[in-house]
Amino acid sequence: MGITRRQFFGWMGAAVGSQAAFASQAKAAATNHFTGHPGSFGVLHDISRCIGCRKCEAACNQVNKLPAPEIPFDDRAVLGQIRRPRAEAYTVVNQFKPKNKPAAVFVKTQCNHCLEPACVSACFVKALTKSKTGAVVYDASLCVGCRYCMIACPFDIPAYEYDNPFTPEITKCTLCQPRIEKNQRPGCVDACPQEALTFGAREDLIKIAGQRIDKYPDRYEKHIYGEHEMGGCNWLYIANAPFTDLNMREDLGITPAPALTSGALAAVPVVVSLWVVFINGLRAISKRKEQIAEEEKIQAVNAAVETEKGRFNLEIKQIKEKARTEKEAAVEKEVKKALEAAAQTLNEIKPAQTTEPVKNAETLLPEKQENT
Amino acid sequence: MEHPAPAPPASAIRQNTVFTPFNIISGTIIIIGCVLTVLRFTKGIGAMTNLNDTNPWGIWIGFDLLCGVALAAGGYVTCAACYIFGFKHFRCAVRPAVLTAFLGYGLVVFALSYDVGRPWRLPYPIFLSQGTSSILFEVALCVFLYLNVLMLEFSPAAFEWLNWKYARYIIGKVSMVLVIFGIILSTLHQSSLGALFLLVPSKVHPLWLSGYLPVYFFISSIFAGMSMVIFEHSLVERFLHHKLDLEHEVESNNVAMGFAKSAAFLMMGYIMIQLIGIAMDNDWKYLFTRWGLWYLVEIVGFVGLPAILFAIGFREQNIKLIQMAAWWTVLGIVLNRLNISLIAFNWQLPLAQRYFPSWMEIMTTLFIVTIGVVAFKIIVTLMPVLYAHPDFPDDH
Amino acid sequence: MEADFNTLQEFMTHTKGIAYLLIGVALVALPLFWRFLTARDEKKQTF
Repeated sequence: MGITRRQFFGWMGAAVGSQAAFASQAKAAATNHFTGHPGSFGVLHDISRCIGCRKCEAACNQVNKLPAPEIPFDDRAVLGQIRRPRAEAYTVVNQFKPKNKPAAVFVKTQCNHCLEPACVSACFVKALTKSKTGAVVYDASLCVGCRYCMIACPFDIPAYEYDNPFTPEITKCTLCQPRIEKNQRPGCVDACPQEALTFGAREDLIKIAGQRIDKYPDRYEKHIYGEHEMGGCNWLYIANAPFTDLNMREDLGITPAPALTSGALAAVPVVVSLWVVFINGLRAISKRKEQIAEEEKIQAVNAAVETEKGRFNLEIKQIKEKARTEKEAAVEKEVKKALEAAAQTLNEIKPAQTTEPVKNAETLLPEKQENT
Repeated sequence: MEHPAPAPPASAIRQNTVFTPFNIISGTIIIIGCVLTVLRFTKGIGAMTNLNDTNPWGIWIGFDLLCGVALAAGGYVTCAACYIFGFKHFRCAVRPAVLTAFLGYGLVVFALSYDVGRPWRLPYPIFLSQGTSSILFEVALCVFLYLNVLMLEFSPAAFEWLNWKYARYIIGKVSMVLVIFGIILSTLHQSSLGALFLLVPSKVHPLWLSGYLPVYFFISSIFAGMSMVIFEHSLVERFLHHKLDLEHEVESNNVAMGFAKSAAFLMMGYIMIQLIGIAMDNDWKYLFTRWGLWYLVEIVGFVGLPAILFAIGFREQNIKLIQMAAWWTVLGIVLNRLNISLIAFNWQLPLAQRYFPSWMEIMTTLFIVTIGVVAFKIIVTLMPVLYAHPDFPDDH
Repeated sequence: MEADFNTLQEFMTHTKGIAYLLIGVALVALPLFWRFLTARDEKKQTF
């Protein structure tokens, strides 16, 4: 999203007294399309020109002050085996014998300085960073040695100093960042006798590559490797043999590495916020259910108690009623008994006075006497 | 509730010696481990591992870190079951599970100090330079925070042992916050360990690689934790029986039943989402390759079958079946993590370029696991983990 | 916030950094709000 001078001044003019430019820039940002650092540098490797002399390896070793190798750089027998960059060798040249090709093909391998590097995305201490020059730069003062960058790199480039117990470092091509900053070219580019390596601005290199392919269509594969792979690299290749025959994978896709984990990372803050809500909520729900169960239990107990009480009271009432009626009946009975006893006694006392037995004891009462 | 003081171990009465088989074996491993530690920090990683530039991660990451974290998941799962979902009778399972998790994560960090090039710089990503675009940053932050949470979650047992009543009271007040924070952190880092591999789709076999990897890791961590709780209890029952009080002994069977039921269902759901992952990427054709066979061995043989065993065990209320299903599931989790990080990783490379662990790597791993087992045994013997402290009966 | 991002990497580092800070905010603010919400409920059991 580079702003050219022309745009800037244009907007400055338009911005006076108007919000329109501001709004349009914000709208542009919303589409999230990134085109890399403008004017960043790269290297074009023309595989068809490489002769496998390994002078680039020697130059790299010298420029970076790496230890002298066991097998010297002018030994071409090593090309019999496929090698990969390792701790003391930031770059290697490999030999391939693709079918249908008369001669061997040589390929120089090193860090591709991707536009959106997987290693930079992977590094959890920002020890690897993508600079504006295009170089992917390693800061040994931050590196913890987790080696996730090595896992992440789809080209298997970063190497590690496994035999260094205290200060092991990740090693890889630096695009000779210190030399670039001094307006020099990377060591390997300078050393190449066949101009198989061209240094320049990435946009220019793509143009050059395209022109070469168009000019010699029978020579080159119609593909600039590194233009779109993994979102694009600052190191580009054109070849006179299929890339898959040269150990260069064509199934990596064009999605830039950071985009691969962007979704998973985006879920993190949402999970945190929603989990706080849901977990508290679940707990509150289960507590509330417990509470309701408790209340229902208490209610059920109370209801049972009430019913029991009611029944109990009813029973008491019934018993009381029964007791009362029984008492009344008993009293009546006693009264009746007493009256009968009295009548009996009267009958025994007064048999001469009257022939009629006193039937009704009540007649003995003084007011009611009807005797002569 | 009256808790009789735990009886002294029968072996101690009989022999009264330090040279029990357990001590001899673990002691030997620990001594060898110390030697290897010296080697690691004097000669470097290269001197003792088969790690190389193409295979930078070995069993120290694949097993110690990935399996360690997955199997320590019992802590948050048991806390969630007991305190969030309200299964109060799981209380007894909480402390052993939290202890396992605490030791597990502690040992993961310990293991990392062997694997990582400059372990003294492990605090850098959190305190010095935050690489926020990296999933590994999130893993590091979560593990760091969770280790602290676990330490605090375990502290009640330690405070009871030390009889620090005020400290015990204070920590009791914040325990709910810790449980919730612990569940959140666990969800994040369990899933993020899976997300690590999203960055390298070109190196993981399509049957294991899926956009759903974080979900797979999270869900499998739940039934991994449940299985570990059951498995661990079967070991405790066998070897540390005298430390269990009545409540623990009785309730643990209920815990096993409950977990067996949940795990069975979860595992079937997990198989379902694995199938969906294959469907979404249209990877069916890979099932008919040799890798496909291996994938089916993992999913059917080590997830499907134990799930059925859990189910049968629950239906028949058969503890033995459930315990068998538990360690089978644990093996399945180990297999899954090793598959994604080591076996199905770099699957396209020729055999000569593939990684196999060196005996010293294996020995170091064994050393680390042994430390965990020994620490567990010591702590469980001293502190009220498998029994309730008589002075703190209700707080357990 | 018109910071110019040339690469997705820069954009992500920036936005995810802010996201992590927001997580910190959420972990403090949400529980506090929960306490406000449930303050008048019956006293809860603590373990």
